[in-house]
Amino acid sequence: MAAHDQDHDHNHDHLHHHDHDHSELSETELRVRALETVLTEKGYVDPAALDLLIETYEKKVGPRNGARVVARAWSDPAYRARLLADATPAIAELGFAGRQGEHIVALENTPSRHNMVVCTLCSCYPWPVLGLPPVWYKSAPYRSRAVSDPRGVLADFGVTLAKDVEISVWDSTAEIRYLVIPMRPEGSAGLSEEKLADLVTRDSMIGTGLPKEPA
Amino acid sequence: MNGGQDLGGAQGHGPVRPEPNEPVFHAEWERRAFALTMAMAMPGQWNIDMSRFARENRPAAEYLSMSYYELWFYALEIMLKERDLVADDEIVVGHSLHPPIEGKRVLTPGDVLKVLHRGGPTERETDTRAAFKPGDKVRAKTIDPLTHTRLPRYVRGHVGSIERVLGCHVFPDSNASGAGEDPQWLYTVRFEGPELWGANADPSVKVSIDAWEPYLEPA
Repeated sequence: MAAHDQDHDHNHDHLHHHDHDHSELSETELRVRALETVLTEKGYVDPAALDLLIETYEKKVGPRNGARVVARAWSDPAYRARLLADATPAIAELGFAGRQGEHIVALENTPSRHNMVVCTLCSCYPWPVLGLPPVWYKSAPYRSRAVSDPRGVLADFGVTLAKDVEISVWDSTAEIRYLVIPMRPEGSAGLSEEKLADLVTRDSMIGTGLPKEPA
Repeated sequence: MNGGQDLGGAQGHGPVRPEPNEPVFHAEWERRAFALTMAMAMPGQWNIDMSRFARENRPAAEYLSMSYYELWFYALEIMLKERDLVADDEIVVGHSLHPPIEGKRVLTPGDVLKVLHRGGPTERETDTRAAFKPGDKVRAKTIDPLTHTRLPRYVRGHVGSIERVLGCHVFPDSNASGAGEDPQWLYTVRFEGPELWGANADPSVKVSIDAWEPYLEPA
């Protein structure tokens, strides 16, 4: 088995999963601009606040946050225990909290259990630790099959698990957000937390991937 | 509602196609649609369950053919129009034509990080006692509402067991309709693969949902 989630070899043209023709896309683009102008003129939005929201989720909040949580859990048994007992305050210790992560549960992978997270009804995802979800996470193929054929979904990510490993799928149907704590890779003994965090991929914290192997 | 959004177990949607090195946004309009939706929650005074319903409440074929931020954006337009914050003629010309509703709170740059950090916790104090405890067998009720619900179709009528008691949380079926938070006990309920997908299903697969007490009955 191998962790392929960052580098597998897809050649599909799937940049825009629900691609529309260009005229329709530009109609939406024009409407978004129009609405922003209207709302700004009415004084309902401050464009500087919009810029800060975008900058926050594009540059500041992302899977590096979750990787730091995982690396801490791998390095510090007391932290791991706090994280598994009540993840929200344990994650807040590292400064990550808030919108779409108000109630977080950490799910630890073991040799006999692999966890995978989905939101079949929309796109629920732990923003403070993973940032905004990727397109595939919000797409019909993932949302439909993650609960009925998780091994097939894992195969789409190039991941194969032994048949006797239990696969627990967590459908985020309420305001609880799930963070998978992947198993620490072999050969990572002695690595600093910083180096360990480099091994933790986004997909390994969703459960559709595995951490990288140490170089 | 049993709309296009309720996808668990549906077939025919093809393989998952992850995009290597995917950017957070794929176009400038997605950035603006995201930020407008986030920022307008304050003057709009709708809640997250109303937003979800506004996104899913459209013909299923339309829902499935729209991109994620298209769903967000057109839901935003609908919620703004429902509250008379914006009118159709204004969107057409791209300018304000009518006076704003006074007294609306506006998200300022100075508030952004505070508001994000605070989030919107949904757990509430309660005097009631949870009806179920870990290990109890429960059946997800068969329901068929035209309104918003978070009980997916693929578990309805099926028996699972209580895995965790998660506290008392805002009940979306009520909150989405404007009828108030009506907090209810929330549980993680775990189903065996074959219970959901039939005798030939992979027995090593377990599927959990988070379900409010009104969705469940003893089994």
